[in-house]
Amino acid sequence: MSTALSAQGTERTPSGDVLVSARGLEVHFPVGGGGLRRKPAGVLRAVDGVDLDILRGETLGLVGESGCGKSTLGNALLRLVPPTGGTVTFDGDDVTSLDRRGLKEMRRRAGMVFQDPFASLDPRRTVAQTVAEPLEVHGLHGGRQERAARVGELLELVGLDPAVAGRYPHEFSGGQRQRVGIARALAGEPDFLVCDEAIASLDVSVQAQVLNLLRRLQRQLGLTLLFVSHDLSAVRHISDRIAVMYLGRIVEIGQAAAVGADPQMPYTQALLSAVPTPHPARERERQRIVLTGDVPSPAAVPSGCRFRTRCPYVFEPCDDVDPALQPVGAPGQLAACHLHGVVGRPVEESPAG
Amino acid sequence: MTGAPVPEPGSSPDTPAGAPGTSPAATLRPARPRWQETLGLLARNPTAAIASLLLIAIVLIAIFDDTLAAEGPNDIDVAERLQSPSWEHPFGTDDLGRDILSRIILGASVSLRVGFLAVGFALVVGTLIGLLAGYYGRWVDDVLMRFMDMLFAFPAVLLAIAVLAVRGPGSGNTALAIGIVYTPIFARVTRASVLGVREEVYVRASRSVGASDWRILTRHILPNAAPPIIVQTSISLAFAVLAEAALSFLGLGTQPPNPSWGLMLAEGRSYIELAWWIAFFPGMAIFLTVLCFNLLGDGLRDVLDPRQRTQMSGSGAAVAADAGGEK
Repeated sequence: MSTALSAQGTERTPSGDVLVSARGLEVHFPVGGGGLRRKPAGVLRAVDGVDLDILRGETLGLVGESGCGKSTLGNALLRLVPPTGGTVTFDGDDVTSLDRRGLKEMRRRAGMVFQDPFASLDPRRTVAQTVAEPLEVHGLHGGRQERAARVGELLELVGLDPAVAGRYPHEFSGGQRQRVGIARALAGEPDFLVCDEAIASLDVSVQAQVLNLLRRLQRQLGLTLLFVSHDLSAVRHISDRIAVMYLGRIVEIGQAAAVGADPQMPYTQALLSAVPTPHPARERERQRIVLTGDVPSPAAVPSGCRFRTRCPYVFEPCDDVDPALQPVGAPGQLAACHLHGVVGRPVEESPAG
Repeated sequence: MTGAPVPEPGSSPDTPAGAPGTSPAATLRPARPRWQETLGLLARNPTAAIASLLLIAIVLIAIFDDTLAAEGPNDIDVAERLQSPSWEHPFGTDDLGRDILSRIILGASVSLRVGFLAVGFALVVGTLIGLLAGYYGRWVDDVLMRFMDMLFAFPAVLLAIAVLAVRGPGSGNTALAIGIVYTPIFARVTRASVLGVREEVYVRASRSVGASDWRILTRHILPNAAPPIIVQTSISLAFAVLAEAALSFLGLGTQPPNPSWGLMLAEGRSYIELAWWIAFFPGMAIFLTVLCFNLLGDGLRDVLDPRQRTQMSGSGAAVAADAGGEK
């Protein structure tokens, strides 16, 4: 599997080297099992064997339906959710085995922007206190004056008036709060930013502003961005590459233009066909691929190809072989689908079956 | 799933606002501290405001008891015994001719000191236990809370009597005994509150920037979990004053001849038909103090509730904070 992966990084990239990398990453949660002995009744496979390379300076969009594990993946990369298997490396360091000091430094270098700006800011702390927290934690810009100046700088960077620094979050609108959240994430001068559905709970008009802000910051500061979203248009707008996730696994990855124009995996095709076009004539002609059935529960992942229960092209090997990512379509594009040749592990070996 | 409007990539509405060099320093201090706002809201709540004023008066009396008391609390004057209230002795005198007003004034400091010490002990120990149990969960939670349950399962007075039997009577030991009895209450209130706050996104956000457990506990969890603890403190003070009175009544708290409201009540009991004022005025003092602490607790509960808070202070409108960055 990893031989196919190495091909993934070689194509068009801003600088070419890998900043964040996951190999066989698994996050399984125990489910059910009440009672005194607290034995889990089953396992929920939120992230189930993800291989992913995020290149320095790129924006990688991660899309998928609700519950497919994309947020969990973003959290697991920063060790905010402990992985139950596999490895994550950040700039060469194994994140899963970092000690306290290493983890702290990693968290300075990797920030996170959260989905709900109404929940991600402490209501009892002023905007300045929130934005200054990373500075205090990491001992950056010592001294009250310098710290205040830096907070003012950060607020301006995200398009807020520094004069409002003394106010509390409840005095701000959703978009303004999200800017505060972004300023906090940037305070430690990170290399890597995970935006976990960062625009999903904003008004559509505000979404565009925050999206453009993120894109501007990415260019201005040379950030590496993992943009987790279920909004394909937003992802196509901001991303260099797109990864599509289904039931805890990445099923297709490639350049944003290639994945957007010529998806190789039936699931991606269906996902793309559901995006409305802002052009009435083209919108009328748009062919929708409507999938039948629901997403299977991540507590009971189908054997073989996990998409086979809803795939319109399901055929012989889909039951028996768990498909691996293989190069198809444009250069650097990978898809996990038997339509392009049966590659992968037979079910008998797979414990997931 | 509506797509975000996509502007032309070439146009640049998204240029940074203002020149980076001219950014004025942000003030790190809030414009108006939160506790000031809380006090302002409290002052607008009539019952809580009156209760607070009375409590301040009681505390002042307790502090300046020596100057305020007309006579020594233990000055026995047999010729003046069992005098009904008069100009000379506003609250009358007891069976040994001691001035009851003076004894109540001096008893205030004893009652309040025991109350504050007891609740202070329970607050510090109980809150710490509740914080650790609620935040770390798992075995820490199990061990600490089962221990608290054990204390809780004991009848309160019996537990206090046991502590006093081991350590001997006296106001310091009384405070300790009452404090131990109240510790599980604070532990439980704190733990319940922490369990809710722990799952908040801003706690995860704080962890995501590298904050330590200690920082998260003290800067984020404790302040957000505080309102029920503050209310519990106020109500516990009332109960602690009562408990001190009860223990002194039983002869385990303050020892005669020192004045304590509970002790005076106990002593006046045998004369209740002959001289009602001996028991009545200490009883009123206990009643007023407990009532004030309870009313203050109720007022704090209202004021600290964030939903009511927004209503009352009328703020919540978004401020014009955009510096005109993205469009």
